[in-house]
Amino acid sequence: MLKSTRSKEFAIESLLLAVSAVTVVILILISLFLFGEGAALFKDIPFLDFLTGKNWYPTSEPPIFGLLPLLLGTLLVTAGAIIIAVPLGIASAVFISEIAPPKVAEILKPIIEILAGVPSVVYGFFGLVVLIPRLQQLLDLPTGQTALAGSIMLGIMALPTIISISEDAISAVPDFLKEGSLALGATRWQTIYRVTVPAALSGISAAVMLGMGRAIGETMTVMMVTGNAAVIPGFPGGIFAPVKTMTATIALEMGEVPQGSEHYHALFAIGAVLFIITLLINLIAEAVKRKYRFKVGS
Amino acid sequence: MFSPKTSERIAFAFLTLAIAIVVAFVFTIIFYITSNGIGAISTDFLTQGPKNRMTEGGIFPAIVGTVFLIIGSMAVALPLGILAAIYLNEYAEEGRIVWIIQMAINNLAGTPSVVFGLFGLAMFVKYMGFGASILAASLTLALVVLPVIIRASEEAMATVPPGLREASLALGVTRWQTVRKIVLPIALPGMVTGAILSVGRVAGETAPILLTGAAYFLPRLPTAISDQFMALPYHLFVLATSGTNIAATRPIQYGTALVLLLIVLGVNFVAVMIRRHYKKKMRW
Repeated sequence: MLKSTRSKEFAIESLLLAVSAVTVVILILISLFLFGEGAALFKDIPFLDFLTGKNWYPTSEPPIFGLLPLLLGTLLVTAGAIIIAVPLGIASAVFISEIAPPKVAEILKPIIEILAGVPSVVYGFFGLVVLIPRLQQLLDLPTGQTALAGSIMLGIMALPTIISISEDAISAVPDFLKEGSLALGATRWQTIYRVTVPAALSGISAAVMLGMGRAIGETMTVMMVTGNAAVIPGFPGGIFAPVKTMTATIALEMGEVPQGSEHYHALFAIGAVLFIITLLINLIAEAVKRKYRFKVGS
Repeated sequence: MFSPKTSERIAFAFLTLAIAIVVAFVFTIIFYITSNGIGAISTDFLTQGPKNRMTEGGIFPAIVGTVFLIIGSMAVALPLGILAAIYLNEYAEEGRIVWIIQMAINNLAGTPSVVFGLFGLAMFVKYMGFGASILAASLTLALVVLPVIIRASEEAMATVPPGLREASLALGVTRWQTVRKIVLPIALPGMVTGAILSVGRVAGETAPILLTGAAYFLPRLPTAISDQFMALPYHLFVLATSGTNIAATRPIQYGTALVLLLIVLGVNFVAVMIRRHYKKKMRW
């Protein structure tokens, strides 16, 4: 009787462990399929030519698969998004956790959660019908579908990630540190930027990394607002010109390629690069959080 | 330069400005979609299919497709996610295996949805032979929301005070019984909240279904899980970027965007309300 209970418990625990391990299996399968399908491209095209190729002409004869314009497109749009989202996001997080009265903070938090809930295709649609025409008019551009439009939309979309994780980190700074600073006669603002924010810096950095990951991986929004021209963006003028990101290339072109073709494999190769980039970003964010986890002797 | 008091005032003004800009973004987007979309919504719009090469008519098949995707992906992701969370929160002890699982969940959560789409295409559509279908798309979406469900369930279970578990275990009750009779009932509202939030996510995801079975237009509703389907987010994308007459169908686009937004935000609102309700009730 007792033995059967114990073996039943053991069976349940094993089952639960097996289910948890499914997550690891999925991650391995994703890697296998992406790298497998992507690697098939390199039978015909040297890996370095793909990685450093300056042209993406997938339908020319012969086709040219150069990642560089797409990679730089992604980096440019992401960099712009980060420049917009980081100051706004960190300032908002500081406001919510350090300045707003608790009641106001309780109202602000769900409002910001709304930003996280809006589907990316709705952001894309909003960018398309509202932002792009205004951008074109305001800056007198030939088209409003630019890297800048993508950066603005992605910046907004990265905000909830940056705000909520930064806010957690700022709230986690122990009160006695702030009280010590205030007791020394520092103002609240001096306490915030000399004590609280530095103490929460690891969490804030992780928040920025994760916001960046979200921006790099975003597909529908950039596809709808950046114009999708696969050219190496100039700097800094490229921000006002159309670009094509890696994600948009996959989503736009996959529908038209014959399965098993070179182009098909090239899109998987882009996916593999994207997967590696976001994996690295996640690992770094995790490491930053872990390494500088706030240590205060109790 | 400035006295500390003055610089504090300036700094706080900037911080207030920042949050005001963020809140303004939220209201602008919602206001714009709502005020432009509300006129398009009618009973016909919600219950009829698109007509005249998608320049007229409604979005009924897209709503049906989205509902199918929600049911399909939740049927897979909910049991997997909850069981995994139970293991991680109630059974696992710190160690290498648990660390690897946690890392895997973190990385799944950070993987772009279009990468899940590629994987779904290679694995479910091609390798397993499901074809472009509700089944392939649901499985792909299940993977997208799996980390969300695991994290939310874990968090919900972590709020159950350890004393309750210890009391139960001290009475000689087994761990599984403790989980079933003590932990899960208390954690349920939090877990439901997580599940509802992931429904919103499934309803709004576009890139994964784009690669695994969403159709531009279908004259009939899907009748089997091996059929292709229309879905709200993809329908909006198609109408807004490659429809027959993009400028003339703007009202339909706004209407579709509004329906999608209402579903997602409505779902989120319900989740927040549930969380609030039980937070008030459960004070230890």
